[in-house]
This record gives sequence, C-alpha cells and structure tokens, in this order.
Amino acid sequence: MNQVISVNQLGKDYATAAGTFVALKSVSLTIAQGEFVAIMGPSGSGKSTFMNLLGCLDYPTRGSYALDGVGVATLSSDALAALRNRVIGFVFQGFNLLPRLNARENVALPMLYKGASSAERARRADEMLVKVGLAGLGDRRPNQLSGGQQQRVAIARALCNAPRLILADEPTGNLDSHTSDEVMNLFTELNNTGITIVLVTHEPDIARYAKRLVRFKDGEMIYDGDPAGGLI
Amino acid sequence: MNPIAMLAESWRAIIANRMRSFLTMLGMIIGVAAVVLMLAVGQGAQSAIDETISAMGSNLFIVLSGATTSGGQRMGLGTAPTLKMADAAAIADLPNIEAAAPVQPGTATTVYAGNNWSTSITGVTPDYLRVRNWSMATGFAFTDADVRGAARVALLGKTVVDNLFGDENPIGKTIRIKQSPFTVVGVLESKGQSLDGRDQDDVVIVPVTTAQRKLFGSQFPGSVKFIMVQATSAEAMPAVEKEMNVLLRARHRIADDADADFTVRNLSAMAEASASATRIMSYVLGAIASISLIVGGIGIMNIMLVSVTERTREIGIRIAIGARHRDILLQFLLEAITISLIGCLIGVGLGVGGAWAVQKLAGFPVLVTPDIVLLAFSVAAGVGIFFGFYPARRAALMNPIDALRYQ
Ligand SMILES: Nc1ncnc2c1ncn2[C@@H]1O[C@H](COP(=O)(O)OP(=O)(O)O)[C@@H](O)[C@H]1O
Ligand SMILES: [Mg+2]
Repeated sequence: MNQVISVNQLGKDYATAAGTFVALKSVSLTIAQGEFVAIMGPSGSGKSTFMNLLGCLDYPTRGSYALDGVGVATLSSDALAALRNRVIGFVFQGFNLLPRLNARENVALPMLYKGASSAERARRADEMLVKVGLAGLGDRRPNQLSGGQQQRVAIARALCNAPRLILADEPTGNLDSHTSDEVMNLFTELNNTGITIVLVTHEPDIARYAKRLVRFKDGEMIYDGDPAGGLI
Repeated sequence: MNPIAMLAESWRAIIANRMRSFLTMLGMIIGVAAVVLMLAVGQGAQSAIDETISAMGSNLFIVLSGATTSGGQRMGLGTAPTLKMADAAAIADLPNIEAAAPVQPGTATTVYAGNNWSTSITGVTPDYLRVRNWSMATGFAFTDADVRGAARVALLGKTVVDNLFGDENPIGKTIRIKQSPFTVVGVLESKGQSLDGRDQDDVVIVPVTTAQRKLFGSQFPGSVKFIMVQATSAEAMPAVEKEMNVLLRARHRIADDADADFTVRNLSAMAEASASATRIMSYVLGAIASISLIVGGIGIMNIMLVSVTERTREIGIRIAIGARHRDILLQFLLEAITISLIGCLIGVGLGVGGAWAVQKLAGFPVLVTPDIVLLAFSVAAGVGIFFGFYPARRAALMNPIDALRYQ
C-alpha cells in the first residue's frame, strides 16, 4: 500500500530557558493512503509538535520523515512550502481564516500560491463550498458565519488543491457537540473519497469517527491500533 | 504566484486600511510635492537665467572708459572718458576678435504725438547689435553709412514703442529726442530683463556718431563710455583679454607700473558665475526637499512594520498553506511600493499644481520638465522598495508555527 506518511524515530527538542526540553522522544509510524487516524493524549504530550512535523511546518531534531514518498529533511523551506501546498490540507482549531477576505477568497487562497488564474480560483472555491455544504455563502466574511460554518470554510480551503492528506489539530475544539458531529461527518465523507486524514482530539466521541487511534503520553506513542481498544 | 494576483492581494490590504494607508501616503505626498515644486522653481530660475545669458550674447568683454583700480578699490568707473572710437577700431583689428563695438549711452526724453517717454539712448555701431545677438522685430537696423553720416535714425525697444506709439506702427515715423527729429527705422526684438533686473527693452538705439555730435555732445569729441568686445570663442578669451590690455596701455601711453585708465571686464564669466549660483541654489532646494521624501519613506517603513506585526497570524496561515518566501516578501513589498507610488502620483499632481500657482500668484518663473516628474517617480519607487524591504523581509522570514500561534 502507498505510504503517505512514514516517520522513523522522529524526535523534537525545544530549547528553553531551563535547558533542552524533549517534546517528542522517538516516534516511528506509517500511515497509508486512505487511512483515518485520530491522535489522542493529555495536554502537553507532544501531539501538536508531532502534527507540525507531519505538516512540514517545523524541522525534527532527530529521525526521518517521508511525506508522500519524499524525504523532507533536506528540502528548503520554499520546497516545503510547495510540498505543503500540493499535498497537505490544514484544518486548525481556531479556523485561521483571514478576516478581511470573504469565504470564497479564503477558500481560494492556497490556489493563489499554485498560480491558478483568478477565474479558475473562484470556480474551484465555489465548488469546494458546495462540497462542504456552504453553497451560496461565498460572499460572506468569516465574522458573518457561525463557528461550524467557519470550520467548513477552513475545510473547503484545505480541499481546494486536492490534497492527499488532511492534517487537523483539534478541529472541533471550538465547536459544540452537534456542530462537531457535522464536521466529523464531513471528514468521514472526505475519507471515503480516499483522502488520508490525521486529526488530533481529546474527545473520545470524536476519536470514534476514526479507523485508527494513536495515543501519546510524555512525547511517546503509547498506543497504536483500533479505536475501540484504546478508548476504554 | 502571478504578479497580478499578488498586486490584487496588496491592493486589498491597502483598501482594508484606507485611513492608515492614506496617512502613510501623506508623508510621500508632501515629500514628492515639495521636491517637484522646488525643482520646478529651481529649473524656472535656471532657464530664466540661461535665456538672459544667451540674450546678452556670448564671449563678451566690456571695456570701460576712465577710472582705474587702486589698492583694489574701483573708483568712479566710467567718469572720465578715455576711450576713443579709434580704440574700438584698434581692438577690432586684434586677432580672435569677432567685433568691437563702441557705445555712447545717455538718457533723454523722447516725444511722439504728445506722448513723452524718458528712456536711455544708446549710441552704437551696427556691430553692437551683432555682439549682443540683437535682431530686429520689424524694420531694419541702421548701417555703417548711417554711422559715418551721423544720420538721425533710431531703433526702438519694445517698451519705448508701447509707451510712445501704443498700437500704431512706428516704422517711418519721426520722433523727437532732445528736440531733434529722428526717423524710426526699426523695432528691436524683445529681450526682457537683464541679469540685474533692468528692462532691456526700455532703450532707443542711435548711431554712435549721432549720439556724440547731436545728443550728448561732450567736451571730448570722439570719446566713448565703453566698448563691447566679442571674442571668436570662449577659449580665446584669456588671450584676448591680455592683448586688449597691452594694446590699450600702449595706445594710452601708460607706464608699466602705472594704473590703467580703462577696465576690461569679462561679462561672460560674470554671467556664468551667476548661472552657476542659480544652479547651486536649485540643487540645494531639491536636496532640502528630498529630506522630506526620506521622512516619508521612514513613515512607510514604520507603518509596514506595524502592519507586519499585526498580520503575523495571516502570514503564518499563508506560509502554512504554501506561500514561499518570495510570495510573502513580494506581497508586502508591493504594498509599500503601491502606497509610495500612489503617494507620488498625488504628490506630483500637487507639486505641478503648486508650481502653477506660484507662477500665477507670485509671478515666479517655474518650469516642470518631464525629467522632474520622472525623477520624483523613480525616487518614490526607490524609497518604497528601500523602506518596504526590511518589513517585508521580516514577514517573509517568519516561522509559521510561531506566527500561527501569535494572538
Ligand atoms: N516552541 C516551544 N518551545 C518550548 N516548548 C514548547 C514549544 N512548543 C511546545 N512546547 C512544549 O512541548 C510540549 C508538547 O507541546 P504540544 O506538542 O503543543 O502538546 P499538545 O499539543 O499535546 O498539548 C509541551 O510541554 C509544550 O510546553
Ligand atoms: Mg496541542
């Protein structure tokens, strides 16, 4: 099977005033095309650190990481930017939409850096908005949308460059349980079309949507397997 | 990312913060307007001087009759008439001399049909008009024959015509100068003001012999106040000056250690000196004005730094979803350049308008050339790039994780 993510003894240290802080010790893991993985763990266990490494937003202190078969350790930050743009869709806890732009322009943003024409961007963005259930809301600004709608816009943005992988760090952290379910149903739909999804959550109800569960504790992976088995 | 899309992004940011963008521009607007205005005033003064100098004639000396220098002090220049018509003829025979024109000036009241006009009467030879680059607007200049015959003919300056004749055609009419009748044979081309601000058109020109014998008859027949001398080239001027001194000392029998009874002045050098003073003045004005451009540029940098800090999160998002260094750099750089170019455009408009107003209201000569506008634009673009670069670079080098976490 095609490995979208392949990490080997990946670790990350942070330099702090008190000395070196080991946020991620040594994690080895592969995630295949089409998987739906939930990452759980207590606060401070290194989940976000790990997600940032998977998202090529940060360089690891040790170990190796291949994204979509490409070893990222030696890539320049511009090459990483191009890789992120092409392969990864990000969904953040705080939505991270640009307040000045309307929904359509927010969705179209990643295509801007791909060099798509403005007509192509607008067309594709509207298509993505329909896909996430926001048909007709393209002209609204983020502050004219509910939290759930904003997160859908963010998901549409993550989708617009047809990524193979969606990385979502606590995507339902700011949403109520009903809206969370809607967003998770959307992720499930996307996963059914073959997109690999890795999401971080600390709610068991959310993790249950995934097909595979990974648990972290103190910078180490302590569980990797069926969600049912890890959610006792 | 294509440049048009990038420009659109920058434009959106400028529009989103209209008031702030305008205030940022204001520094640029004032700076550019000041530079354009100052350069226009400088160039106006420069071209006015250049015009005056070329109207004066080139490679000119004036040899003044009488007085001399003692201990560096000039005393009663031109009071005792020591130069003769024959001196002018002798100078004309020296090498490298284009022409030597004896001049006998005076003042008198001119009368025509009940109109009086007091003006300066200049007695000259036809060479004088050639030396001074002075051509006729209408009619013809008098000739050497008129000089020999001390004919009662006159050439009028434009101011004199206006005051004596109004709209009437003066050619062929008879005016009276000191009661004597003179026939107007020509009207001189207008020359405007001289370097020292005199109206050069307020003049009547008559044959030098006529002036000597019939108008300003002196106790020294054949003497002239001064001689205008034109050298054949600027390079020949030092040699000509020396030769004239030697010649006139010999003719006037002045001992080597005695003071001369004449003075040779290089008019062209004096004119060049005042032209270069004007040039320096216009540079200084421009330089002072460009300080405000730099202040405007610092204003842009200041606001761009604030803007970059405020939009840290936006920058983090853009980098995360695939913006490269150059995309971010260019976005903020374009923002700074757009602001400074728009400011420049408005500033040029204000500067040109201001220059026009200065000309209209203060009567000061101003000149807006394409060079000035081009210069202002390129300097403004340069300022935008220079002062926009540091904030843009700061944005481009942000770490996406820190930027995304920024509240
Ligand atoms: N930039 C940083 N500098 C220093 N320490 C950090 C930094 N980022 C995270 N950490 C620390 O690393 C640990 C793991 O953080 P994180 O991966 O954000 O945890 P989680 O997402 O699981 O809550 C925490 O103790 C956190 O304080
Ligand atoms: Mg976290």
